[in-house]
Amino acid sequence: MKFGVIVFPGSNCDRDCRNAIEAVGFDAEFIWHRDTSVAGYDCLVLPGGYSYGDYLRPGAIARFSPVMDSVVEYARDGRPVIGICNGFQILLEAGLLPGAMQRNVGTRFICDRVRVRIESTRTPFTSGCREGDVLTLPIAHADGNYYADPQTLAELEERGQVVFRYCNELGDATPEANPNGSLNNIAGVSNEAGNVVGMMPHPERACEAILGGTDGRRIFESVAEWVRGGVRVGQDG
Amino acid sequence: MKYVAYVDVQLKQSILDPQGEAVRSALVQMGYGGVQKVRIGKRIRVDLEAANEAECRRIMDEICSQILANPTMETYEYEIKEESGK
Repeated sequence: MKFGVIVFPGSNCDRDCRNAIEAVGFDAEFIWHRDTSVAGYDCLVLPGGYSYGDYLRPGAIARFSPVMDSVVEYARDGRPVIGICNGFQILLEAGLLPGAMQRNVGTRFICDRVRVRIESTRTPFTSGCREGDVLTLPIAHADGNYYADPQTLAELEERGQVVFRYCNELGDATPEANPNGSLNNIAGVSNEAGNVVGMMPHPERACEAILGGTDGRRIFESVAEWVRGGVRVGQDG
Repeated sequence: MKYVAYVDVQLKQSILDPQGEAVRSALVQMGYGGVQKVRIGKRIRVDLEAANEAECRRIMDEICSQILANPTMETYEYEIKEESGK
């Protein structure tokens, strides 16, 4: 199981991702954003950070990096792609995921530990979880306020593309549990096929007990199991 | 021909603007009670060469819709000026 972690200028969670993936027991290599091939990887990770300094809008410039054409093709083949934090923003800007990110309600950068509820287990990254499971994961962002127009939002909900929702300790997605103003408490979504997932929380920062939690392992373990099983999106199981 | 385009990018009216709201609330606190709404957008200057104004507009439409504005939550408009002389 080999993960490819894409490094954009300004990525700063690339090493965290590689270390975490290795700690969970898999291989990970960096892919420089100027590379044009993503062949040989079982899963692509777009890590967090400040690609291009968040100039213009988070992710707006990174989506035109040379590697992104291959990422789009890889995603269209039904292979697993995950964007974490700034990586999520890049996938949104690239049009691989629906919606957009706005500045947090309250305008502050939020660095915290939150709970998210698993809403969908049909993505490679949540296939090892159960619906309703609550994970505790760190967040660290200024622009994590998920927005989609009303029609897109309704379609997302209908098609089960909401993957993670901010919730309280009981698993309820209350307004108080929503850190940034995201519509419907959305913390992560998938594309229609389910193989592309974006999430604002950082699973890679919760893979070792010494760092305060291990819930993030389930994201990486799920996709590894999914790849091992040879399951393709659109099939049951 | 050389042109200068000034692009104005604004959040769609349907979208909350947390930054604008923070500024509005500061202004009200400063005593400007008449301020009802503040929206924060971007003004971008692009210097470019194009064969004529029609081509310049075609290029600007592409640039604006692809990268300068995010059509999910922003709108754009621009004005073009021909640069005379140098």
